[in-house]
Amino acid sequence: MPGDHSSKQYDMDLEAIRSKVLLMGGLVESQFKEAVECVQTGDAAHADELQKKDEEVNRLEVTLDDTCSHLIVKRQPAANDLRTVIATLKVITDLERIGDEATKIARTAKSLRARGSVGTLNPYEAIRVMAASTSDLLHDALDAFARLDDAQATRIIAGDEAVDHEFRSVLRTMITFMMEDPRTISAALDTLWAAKAIERIGDHAKNIAEYVIYVVKGEDIRHTDYGHSNADQA
Amino acid sequence: MTGKATLEISNLNFFYGSFQGLKNVSLNIYEKKVTAFIGPSGCGKSTLLRTLNRMYDLYPGQRAEGRIIYNGRNILESGQDVNVLRAKVGMVFQKPTPFPMSVYDNIAFGVRLYENLSRGEMDERVEWALKKAALWTEVKDKLQKSGLSLSGGQQQRLCIARSVAVKPDVLLLDEPTSALDPISTAKIEELIAELKEDYTITIVTHNMQQAARCSDYTAYMYLGELVEFGETDQIFMNPGKKETQDYITGRFG
Repeated sequence: MPGDHSSKQYDMDLEAIRSKVLLMGGLVESQFKEAVECVQTGDAAHADELQKKDEEVNRLEVTLDDTCSHLIVKRQPAANDLRTVIATLKVITDLERIGDEATKIARTAKSLRARGSVGTLNPYEAIRVMAASTSDLLHDALDAFARLDDAQATRIIAGDEAVDHEFRSVLRTMITFMMEDPRTISAALDTLWAAKAIERIGDHAKNIAEYVIYVVKGEDIRHTDYGHSNADQA
Repeated sequence: MTGKATLEISNLNFFYGSFQGLKNVSLNIYEKKVTAFIGPSGCGKSTLLRTLNRMYDLYPGQRAEGRIIYNGRNILESGQDVNVLRAKVGMVFQKPTPFPMSVYDNIAFGVRLYENLSRGEMDERVEWALKKAALWTEVKDKLQKSGLSLSGGQQQRLCIARSVAVKPDVLLLDEPTSALDPISTAKIEELIAELKEDYTITIVTHNMQQAARCSDYTAYMYLGELVEFGETDQIFMNPGKKETQDYITGRFG
């Protein structure tokens, strides 16, 4: 919550951090969407391009870590400012990991393309629904972070369970394919890697939502059943 | 908040003539804990500190109303012997105030007012107080030198030793490090941590990081009112009131 410090420079420092986090969030969000598109189109060149894009995300992580350490040493933030900086340091770790997962999906897309289609297994169709709900989840998590909206964050924590459920459903479908036709094993495994990466992205979105609640309320709700007990009110 | 309260302040009002410096302040100062008073200039934190040993009595036109219970009695009542009170509730000021006498006599002076010690006992008391104030090793070879010849940080520790020498229950520190360099400040802060084993300490400070580092409880005051009082960790991590948060995060107009 930057703004209105006696020191205008302090406000500017906090705002600079915030906007860089949102920039990084925008980057990984589009990385993820495009990686899923690659699974659909099988566009190898696009997948290569995405892997390169991840380097920019990695650089932003390093820069932001450094900026946050400088802010701590210069300003000794307290209360909500301190929580914002601590949460930011954690959020950027999650964002960087989301970038890594998106890169994995892009790599899987290339591998699926190289193998060619087998039988009736359509990898994109298998992950389409869970990718769409995870994409929404990530978008909402970044939005909740930008607006410090704890009610929205609470909804995201509950929403991550839906993604986990969808992952188990993909897993069962792939097991069925592999049992019925062993020629699909490689493609089914690739599809599962992609699904697992998407499921992890959902977890990272949930982490971001948990940090939003930490910033707003000062409560650390990790490893609690907060999502369950507050899902109804949110 | 748990523990035994050394001082129980309730409905305390303070007046500088017609100006009201404290408005209905109530809080407990807990035994063998450090309580910090923070707030912008003029918020009443030093005034509050000065009521705890009735330092204000020295000035005409200043008066306190309400109750400060210490050892079962209200110290604001007119029957209170303020000299005894000030021996039990000692004070150290912002600017080091050694007496213009030797290091030894700076300490022995106060003790002589209350106790009749033999030469040997007095030597022991002086050494004990200087050790308590973490000053002994630095001054043990210059006990007969003037207290004014010491460095600022040493002078401040000499003042703390002087307060400790009369075996008080409570130490009131009014911005004890604002005139000191960072190393002397660190020594005083270290000393506060050691002294709280034996004494109840109250500190007024403008340095919020110092309050966060040194104290167990923090009281945030503004315009003569106690805005928030709580455990220091809570006040600095997640204060209950927006006014407190605005002050400690530097959002203060």
